[in-house]
Amino acid sequence: MSRVEAITVRDSLSLSLTVGAYGIAFGAASVANGFSVLQSCLLSLLTFSGASQFAVIGVLGAGGSAISGIATASLLGIRNGLYGLIMAPHLKVKGFKRVIAAQITIDESTAIALGAQKRSEDAMRHGFWLTGFGVFVFWNLFTLAGAVGAQAMGDTRAWGLDSAVPAAFLGLVWPRLENNRYRALAITSVVFALAMTPILPAGLPIIATAFIAIAVGLRR
Amino acid sequence: MSPFWIAVIGTSLIAFALKYSGHSIPPQWLEHPKIARINALIPIALLSALVAVQTFTTKTTVMIDHRLAGVSVAVIALLLKAPFPVVVLSAAITSAAIYNWI
Repeated sequence: MSRVEAITVRDSLSLSLTVGAYGIAFGAASVANGFSVLQSCLLSLLTFSGASQFAVIGVLGAGGSAISGIATASLLGIRNGLYGLIMAPHLKVKGFKRVIAAQITIDESTAIALGAQKRSEDAMRHGFWLTGFGVFVFWNLFTLAGAVGAQAMGDTRAWGLDSAVPAAFLGLVWPRLENNRYRALAITSVVFALAMTPILPAGLPIIATAFIAIAVGLRR
Repeated sequence: MSPFWIAVIGTSLIAFALKYSGHSIPPQWLEHPKIARINALIPIALLSALVAVQTFTTKTTVMIDHRLAGVSVAVIALLLKAPFPVVVLSAAITSAAIYNWI
């Protein structure tokens, strides 16, 4: 490996620390939704994809089944597969290295890599590995802190955690609402999920909105 | 096994399978523009539905309570371009204040 540029290190580490800190919110929300500290930490270690993790705890916390939770989380995890597709030709790794690369293929590592691509192929690879490992370390440490903290709180509603979870989802979706088509889909999904809540078993109204997204995507 | 354990293991296995398959399948399989479009739309639909369900429902009942105040403050924070931790924290503080004192 060639020398790592200072700018790549700076970008990767600052993003890793900021994003990793959200792990506190995840750990706390996970415990508030009925997961144990161990289960919360395993989700961060093994699933290691923020939106999917929040989704699975959100669905089970709302009384949904394991299958609904897994399905919702997995639909959100599809994009990591696409990131892998983008990164594979640049990383050119096999065997165990590919397993590691796959595990740290997330929004942030891919974003930093694509941002660094203008500078060089080396910068792109360095950005990917540094950010992937950086987020992994901080995300897991902060998850543990958040989960242990929430366990010590007792009634998590009294600490506002039941609002922190939807606020976290809102913070995740907000930057994606860049045009009217996306905003219309968001509003439709909100209305549909609420309308279906009294009718469908918990969890299903959430997954069902994915079909609205597919229908919209197929039309034009 | 409890549903929580099934969810933890199932989510983790599929999450890894999705990541690993991206690194392993030929890229031209997914080059279709419709796939790219749907991939951008699905997270928007699911995350919006999760915001709604987590704010307005308990089990299968739609209701308005202290959580709406918290999420409303999160909207204001996002409109003011606040960073993510501020968004989450301001929602939690507002919601806790209303839950405890009203």
